[in-house]
Amino acid sequence: MTDLLQQLLNGLSQGSIYALIAVGYTMIYGIIQLINFAHGDVIMVGAYVALGCALMGLGFIPSLAVAMLTCAILGVIIERVAYRRVRPVSRLAALTSAIGVSLFLEYTMMYFLGADIRTFPAGFFPERTYSLWGITINNKDLLVLGTTLVLVIILQYIIYRTRTGKAMRAVSFDGQAAQLMGVNVNSTVAITFFIGSAMAAAAGLLYGIYFNTVQPLMGLMPGLKAFIAAVLGGIGSVPGAMLGGILLGMTESLVAGFGGSMYRDAVAFIILILVLLIRPTGLLGKGVQEKV
Amino acid sequence: MKKYLSTLIICLVLAVFFVVVQLGINNGFITGYWVTNLYLVGINVILASSLNLINGFTGEFSLGHAGFMAVGAYSGAIITANLGLPFPLAVIVGMLAAGLTGVLVGLPTLRLRGDYLAIATLGFGEIVRVVLMNIDYVGGASGLRDIPFVVNWPIIFFSVVLSLLLIRNFICSSHGRACLSVRENDLAAEMMGINITYYKVLAFVIGAALAGLAGVLYAHYYTVLQPRDFSFMLTFDVLVMVMVGGLGSLTGSVVGAVLITVASAFLQSIPELRMVIYALLLIISAVFRPQGLLGEKEVSLKILQKLGGVFNGAVGSKQTH
Amino acid sequence: MKVFKKKGTAYVALFTALVFLFGVFASGCGGGDTQTADEDSIKVGVNFELSGEVATYGTSCKNGIMLAFEEVNEQGGVLGKKIEALVQDNKSQNREARNIAERLISDGVVAILGPAVTGAVQSEEPVATAAKVPILAPAATAPEVTFDEKTNKVKDFVFRVCIIDPDQSQVMANYIYDELGLKNGAIMVDKNNDYSVGLGETFKEFFTAKGGKIVAEEGFISTDTAFKPQLTSIAAKKPDFIYVPAYYNQVGLIVKQARELGIDLPFMGADGWDSPKLVELAGAENLNKCYFTNHYSVEDPSERIQNFIKAYEEKYNATPDAFAALGYDTAYLLVEAIKQAGEADSVKIQQALENIEGFEGVTGKLSYDEKHNPIKEISIIEVVDGKQKLIKKMQPDK
Repeated sequence: MTDLLQQLLNGLSQGSIYALIAVGYTMIYGIIQLINFAHGDVIMVGAYVALGCALMGLGFIPSLAVAMLTCAILGVIIERVAYRRVRPVSRLAALTSAIGVSLFLEYTMMYFLGADIRTFPAGFFPERTYSLWGITINNKDLLVLGTTLVLVIILQYIIYRTRTGKAMRAVSFDGQAAQLMGVNVNSTVAITFFIGSAMAAAAGLLYGIYFNTVQPLMGLMPGLKAFIAAVLGGIGSVPGAMLGGILLGMTESLVAGFGGSMYRDAVAFIILILVLLIRPTGLLGKGVQEKV
Repeated sequence: MKKYLSTLIICLVLAVFFVVVQLGINNGFITGYWVTNLYLVGINVILASSLNLINGFTGEFSLGHAGFMAVGAYSGAIITANLGLPFPLAVIVGMLAAGLTGVLVGLPTLRLRGDYLAIATLGFGEIVRVVLMNIDYVGGASGLRDIPFVVNWPIIFFSVVLSLLLIRNFICSSHGRACLSVRENDLAAEMMGINITYYKVLAFVIGAALAGLAGVLYAHYYTVLQPRDFSFMLTFDVLVMVMVGGLGSLTGSVVGAVLITVASAFLQSIPELRMVIYALLLIISAVFRPQGLLGEKEVSLKILQKLGGVFNGAVGSKQTH
Repeated sequence: MKVFKKKGTAYVALFTALVFLFGVFASGCGGGDTQTADEDSIKVGVNFELSGEVATYGTSCKNGIMLAFEEVNEQGGVLGKKIEALVQDNKSQNREARNIAERLISDGVVAILGPAVTGAVQSEEPVATAAKVPILAPAATAPEVTFDEKTNKVKDFVFRVCIIDPDQSQVMANYIYDELGLKNGAIMVDKNNDYSVGLGETFKEFFTAKGGKIVAEEGFISTDTAFKPQLTSIAAKKPDFIYVPAYYNQVGLIVKQARELGIDLPFMGADGWDSPKLVELAGAENLNKCYFTNHYSVEDPSERIQNFIKAYEEKYNATPDAFAALGYDTAYLLVEAIKQAGEADSVKIQQALENIEGFEGVTGKLSYDEKHNPIKEISIIEVVDGKQKLIKKMQPDK
């Protein structure tokens, strides 16, 4: 019984990492219906920037701020250079471009910094482990879960309670009509990328601390998994992304914990295919209604 | 009459090319390393043109090519290495297995919209890799070894020529026209009485079977197979070739495969930079030429004639001065 | 006019057919040998994983090799000639490893050093054997690299410098059972990695043959970062130790996550652990009670080892790992073989390698058995507060 609880807890902490990444993923998809394949690699860049700050002696919060700002700008640049022209032309060209951006970020990083795994300096984030009834939990787990919750609340607030959010929903609903109503579509999309990429940087820093690894390909798998989580939760829905992430993490943890560790990745992809076939709108998605 | 003539010219050019290369290999004029690259070009041409059949001609964005190639490679290798049966049977089984997998994957997933299909097929490729890693019969992670070394220049040459011929004839047939109509507007195509699922799956299966053929050739040239050889990076490599050559251009795929393979050989010493260049090629072609760098145009004798005409004209005009 | 054109096409067709026939005949004839030896230098191929997933091992090997060649060339080279190393990157891909072997052979190398990992060496082997160019593999530990069990034949042109997997796992099994007195083990292997799988399987055989019990077996994939599910289920089976024969980048995470889960068991492993990164990844205090087998130890006081470490640190500003030491030995082994062959000729070098006796390297004294496997001592190392401590050197039972 404690084993099962511990496994679920392992799943919860793994899942909240997926959720953290998926939240930004789903927001960008919700607005422009583009699979931002490079989202995972923005996470990687965020982790490297934060690592650089940490090595220069900055503390946790300043490193986080610098990383978020850098990645937010990077996100806007990516959108401007690689997506803006193609988005209206062809979704597939946009996806190709996104794959290109992903490879570009990965291998540029590898070219300049090498493929070596890097780690955060000891003491950058003081770790603590709590034990209760035979179940252990780490303060990193709590940090990741808490951050995800806070981000979901902030995002929901921005989307449903601010003018920018209103513009985002309008663009998401019908870009052309929104433009006719006086919404500046391009700047709304840019703001979306700004916010989404800043969140990716936060996810990157937390991921880097959580697994104590920073390397150029670190964003690839988590990016794909986060996408699966977003689809599972209903792509475009922010609470859905969180739910999907946690469910995916728990499923993977149970699969891996009970003898199927080899099939962990395969199970995730099978979930993706099944959801797409059976319920393409996901758990919390509502067809073509307000999706942000 | 002219049509026959151009066919003959093409045959002749191919024949001369075949013989020249064969002589070059025999005389050691083309050294081992370039022979390898030549074979690699052949395999890549098959991969690129078959992916183009799916992505370019039918407009279904598949990222599962590494998976189909793996299925073909492994089933072909089982025939020769594990069962000791002859190579031609391996080719047939490899293509059939990959084609059948194409049906199994295609039937459900081809209902999905473009980018969802891309991710679903990418997922399929990863599933294939994980499954292969867990089957002890094919060596698990350490892979299949001691596959007979069969592949030589004639085998590569005729595989490439036949694959291209198959794809070309398919595109030019009424089936191919139907596929093109699905790409341009599937709703309109359906209204015209075209069974779009049938044609989508048909193109998908042919593409998968040819990827399987490439896999069999790969297995019997490198003689060692490991699941990790077939990660989705391989699909991305092929995608770069297709995009550079032009979505929907068969000759473009050939040019793309040749260019990228040769470029990759020259960039051997700086692999990260090679990937950066690939990435830039993908972005540039997607942003500025969504139909690929060479677009949808086919390189044919007609264009050559036109070029010749321009060239002659230029020469002529010079002479008058 | 029509007839003429038809005749024309017929001629063309005939010509085409003839050309094809000629081609088929030509394919039957043999090729010539066009290699010419350069008089001033001896060309050696250096084919390693300098990028891609196992780039760190390849790079370390290459660094060790280049250091050795530099030393040799400073002292006037071998047989009065300088050694010219042709360094190529195989991107951690088997197919590239083979392509590069082709390229190096056409560039006229007398031997190929590398690649680092087993699969890549096996991929290049047919090419090198066909060209009769010896391969010296510094770190390919699988028995099949030099010996084909199906045909019961030695691969004549492949030599390795490292100890083989079964020797390492046997020594570790003996040490755990006899000296630490632990009887119930768990095994966790990287299923994506034949090295790890091989070590895990042979360890299980040796350990159970001695009377020990394996109570849990788990796997993971190289790209995994989350190991808590597997560790939780291993801990539930209450083993005395966990054997994780994998590379340091996963081992570091595994040990760290185990300690986070409150699992205080000793971890054991093999030479893939040896890297300064291990301590960085896992944290020094987490690595206490961890042991691994290795080819040598940086703590070994012998003069040969300490000189090598000093030279390496001067050149690369880093502590050498086992791969660097093996690379260094591989290069000197080749130099020794060229000296004994008396001529930089690939076939003579192969013969000299077969007869190598008592070659003194950083990683121990080396002679080859009939399967081209070195007979060497194995070091058992304990990690104490992030520092490696040499416990003892053991010989595998034969």
